[in-house]
Amino acid sequence: MQNEQDQILNEVTTGEYKFGFYTDIEQDSIAKGLNEDVVRMISAKKKEPEFMLEFRLKAYRHWLTMKMPEWAHLKIPEIDYQDHIYYSAPVQRAKLNSLDEVDPELLETFNKLGIPLEEQKHLSGVAVDAVMDSISVKTTFREALAELGIIFCSFSEAVKEHPDLVKQYMGSVVPYTDNYFAALNSAVFSDGSFCFIPKGVRCPMELSTYFRINAANTGQFERTLIVAEDKSYVSYLEGCTAPMRDENQLHAAIVEIVAMESAEVKYATVQNWYPGNKEGKGGIYNFVTKRGICKGDNSKISWTQVETGSAITWKYPSCILKGHNTTGEFYSVAVTNNHQQADTGTKMIHIGKNSRSIIVSKGISAGVSNNSYRGQVKVLRGADNARNFSQCDSLLLGDKCGAHTFPYIESANHSAIIEHEATTSKIGEDQIFYCNQRGISTEDAIGLIINGYTKEVLNKLPMEFAVEAQKLLLISLEGSVG
Amino acid sequence: MLVIKDLRVSIEGEEILKGINLEVNAGEVHAIMGPNGSGKSTLAAILAGRDIYEINSGTVLYKGEDLLDKSPEERAKDGLFLGFQYPIEIPGVSMVNFMKTAINEMRKHRGEEPLSASEFLKKMREKKDLVEISSSLTNRSVNEGFSGGEKKKNEIFQMAMLEPQLAILDETDSGLDIDALRIVARGVNNLKSPHNATIVITHYQRLLEYIVPDFVHVLFNGRIVKSGGKELALLLEEKGYEWVRSEEVNL
Ligand SMILES: Nc1ncnc2c1ncn2[C@@H]1O[C@H](COP(=O)(O)OP(=O)(O)O)[C@@H](O)[C@H]1O
Ligand SMILES: [Mg+2]
Repeated sequence: MQNEQDQILNEVTTGEYKFGFYTDIEQDSIAKGLNEDVVRMISAKKKEPEFMLEFRLKAYRHWLTMKMPEWAHLKIPEIDYQDHIYYSAPVQRAKLNSLDEVDPELLETFNKLGIPLEEQKHLSGVAVDAVMDSISVKTTFREALAELGIIFCSFSEAVKEHPDLVKQYMGSVVPYTDNYFAALNSAVFSDGSFCFIPKGVRCPMELSTYFRINAANTGQFERTLIVAEDKSYVSYLEGCTAPMRDENQLHAAIVEIVAMESAEVKYATVQNWYPGNKEGKGGIYNFVTKRGICKGDNSKISWTQVETGSAITWKYPSCILKGHNTTGEFYSVAVTNNHQQADTGTKMIHIGKNSRSIIVSKGISAGVSNNSYRGQVKVLRGADNARNFSQCDSLLLGDKCGAHTFPYIESANHSAIIEHEATTSKIGEDQIFYCNQRGISTEDAIGLIINGYTKEVLNKLPMEFAVEAQKLLLISLEGSVG
Repeated sequence: MLVIKDLRVSIEGEEILKGINLEVNAGEVHAIMGPNGSGKSTLAAILAGRDIYEINSGTVLYKGEDLLDKSPEERAKDGLFLGFQYPIEIPGVSMVNFMKTAINEMRKHRGEEPLSASEFLKKMREKKDLVEISSSLTNRSVNEGFSGGEKKKNEIFQMAMLEPQLAILDETDSGLDIDALRIVARGVNNLKSPHNATIVITHYQRLLEYIVPDFVHVLFNGRIVKSGGKELALLLEEKGYEWVRSEEVNL
């Protein structure tokens, strides 16, 4: 406990973005720009079946008819979509003996990120799909999981080995027509993770995907699809980092979750893309569409997110509560510091009877950043006895930052009960002094207050990631008070 | 233990402490009395290291070292404790976590190992009993939703936990009933030893029936205008601060 605290303090006082390094490895990249040929080229590079190319082209053509959404409380600089590279894959140089081997340089990269890819070295109980730029580098524990009938592999492999499953579920929760970034992703996405838990199986380990952007001028467009059949359970974790660069880089992802009868899916994200420097130069633009459907009765989907990175975050992990007695949860901590902007929240769509949702959002703003919660709770006519409880708290550090809350509530069923609570508070100088007077340093005092404030959300993360997330929060806020 | 020489302090250009001289030795209890606005809390805050003031002149030695040079947390770890006149609420931070962090920071400073969970809990229990503070309070967030009296008791509880060498209690008695007053006094008297000292800032003399001071000082308009033994407190009570005012004119 004490040791851990020392370590946090140490990291807080020396805190800088820790994952900003670049791996100098040969990249197989296509030229900048976006057009139908590029879409075809990506599909060809991935040796995809025809149905995938068709899906991509339809999405691309639809995207051309769309406009960037402007409703978010974000100042998004004009993005020149022709100025980005849409496919870039690290080339594995070393001579590899089997398909399962990974170039030592890539292993080293992931080691540096704290994600060892050798199974024997890895945290027990966590299987990882490691994605760098446009491709999946390695998925661990595949065989062990396969014995239980669980499919855990890169999206590219799923397309080849399980085309029927992909065809059945891809786009079923987030259609390419859903929004501008979903259309873009559907046209050019290059990899991501695929996960299928068969009927009645409880996945014995955490599944996780680690996304790494490495190449310059390159966008990352990944896609994750999780299907949990009847009475199955899986807990999923996603992490991400990128090098420090002066240019902004694009990241537009899609995550789709399907939960069948009595299935439970927990999806956690620790988002730590490079946020830009103190002056607001550089950083990732993070436009993400995440949605799950509780398709079968008694199913449950839970989103937990810790958002500390990115220059701009546009993200609303949502639940469609279609079955009866379904549960949707959204637990979020979003930190913005310096010039970061975040507009994030959730949508809970109640369709089934007795469907329940809970929203706990904890915003922390520092510096000159802007942090908005945007959440929709919608109860359809048939959703008798639907319940929602929303708690949206904002914590301000300093007086140059902004916190905003935009709740949208629509109910077409009189038996529904929707509750919304919101608070705004500030870490005061007098609180810090009170802690100081008891021998607690300013950094530790902020740590105590932030930990207390975010506890309810961090408790939802798997233990070892909760500790990581706690440190990450403090590092993100370094230098913002006192 | 504490030597203050010609301390002058202002805030926003206005001088509040106008040349304070005070010496406190180990084993002593000093009472500082004075009307509202005379600068008592300012003096306490300066000693604890609050940095919203300008220090115009003067020196403060604590255990032989320059106190004003040190950060508030260094002072605290060196055994200086301030019982706040208006204790601060810290939502979300449990009393247990707060105290554990504070105690272990101080232990670390002294080169000691952190307390084990059971040692810590034992100490909590012991001190809770001493100040008759209920578990329902110590299980809550720091001062959050505490009544005025509960906050004051909580200050004494923290003092008992941290066992400071120099405790400065800023109007810990205000707003307390007789029972609570007795408890506060018990906390202070319990800490008393030849190695420790206490400065009790108070408005009324009634606390001094329970905590018998070795010295009483009257702070008036930023200056210590009178010092004496415990009988000075009684004199003050009898004659009121008006009396000091007229005395000051005669100075
Ligand atoms: N933060 C502050 N800003 C401006 N004036 C202050 C501040 N704190 C104290 N003062 C002034 O300093 C004087 C002394 O206040 P204080 O030390 O609180 O007196 P006491 O504790 O003896 O009642 C008062 O006139 C008060 O108004
Ligand atoms: Mg006062």
